[in-house]
Amino acid sequence: MEEVLRWFCLPRSGCRASISGGPVSSPLLAPPLISISLPGEGERRSPPSSCCFLLFFSYFKELVGKEVTVELKNDLAIRGTLHSVDQYLNIKLENTRVVDQDKYPHMLSVRNCFIRGSVVRYVLLPQDGVDIDILHDATRREARGG
Amino acid sequence: MSSWAGPDEIFLSTSLAGFLDKKLIVLLRDGRKLLGTLCSFDQFANVVLQGACERVIVGELYCDVPLGLYVIRGENVVLIGELDREKDELPAHMTCVSEAEIRKAEKAEREARDLKGSMRKRMERGQEARAALSLSSWALKKATCNLVEVVVWV
Repeated sequence: MEEVLRWFCLPRSGCRASISGGPVSSPLLAPPLISISLPGEGERRSPPSSCCFLLFFSYFKELVGKEVTVELKNDLAIRGTLHSVDQYLNIKLENTRVVDQDKYPHMLSVRNCFIRGSVVRYVLLPQDGVDIDILHDATRREARGG
Repeated sequence: MSSWAGPDEIFLSTSLAGFLDKKLIVLLRDGRKLLGTLCSFDQFANVVLQGACERVIVGELYCDVPLGLYVIRGENVVLIGELDREKDELPAHMTCVSEAEIRKAEKAEREARDLKGSMRKRMERGQEARAALSLSSWALKKATCNLVEVVVWV
């Protein structure tokens, strides 16, 4: 969690932080590769710079490897193993299956998929996926000004 | 998105690089389903599909309408799925038909939906009328009661 909290301090106004994470199995144990570049070098879609956004990015990185259900804004719900997530909260799932298969026959043979973060409505987490205390703590630290 | 990361990281990140040269299904925001081979992509999920076709599904019928080389703007992309070559793309009970037939089926489905919508609207209007009628009859009854009371009292 310390690593997570360090990330909060990174993207301040004018800076662009791109984080390519450590090993997926334990994203928080190994130090992530962090590079900061100033804006204006061919950057078009500015990565979200708010710290709270990175809180959830870090949070989802901890969930990698767990089984989640992603419900999209078009009501399609997909269950699968979380493979990876990025700062836009784009999600990659493995071993996917659609919850209502009869309604979506075209998804029958899809096993791996990429979901654009902007179309996600909910992510349903596993029971043990939320450590409320750590999340509270991180949020409070963030609210105090990180 | 670490699009230019090393080969190991490509498969660990959300980068679409692992999908290059694979047959994909791309769901769009308007509900269309495009199939094709991924040629290129960027951090917005703009994608270029080679040999693209649209899969139109109506009930148990389907048709792959050929389109050619397509560049899809990322904002329209909902999901990009890798099609497993070992599995059937569609359930066995679905039948492939010609483009003309699928368009006819689409039209029939649309008309059926419109009819259903108009019938529901008419029914709702009928219910409103009935509700208004019962309200007015209730008011009438109430008024009569009051009148009777007044008469008795006098």
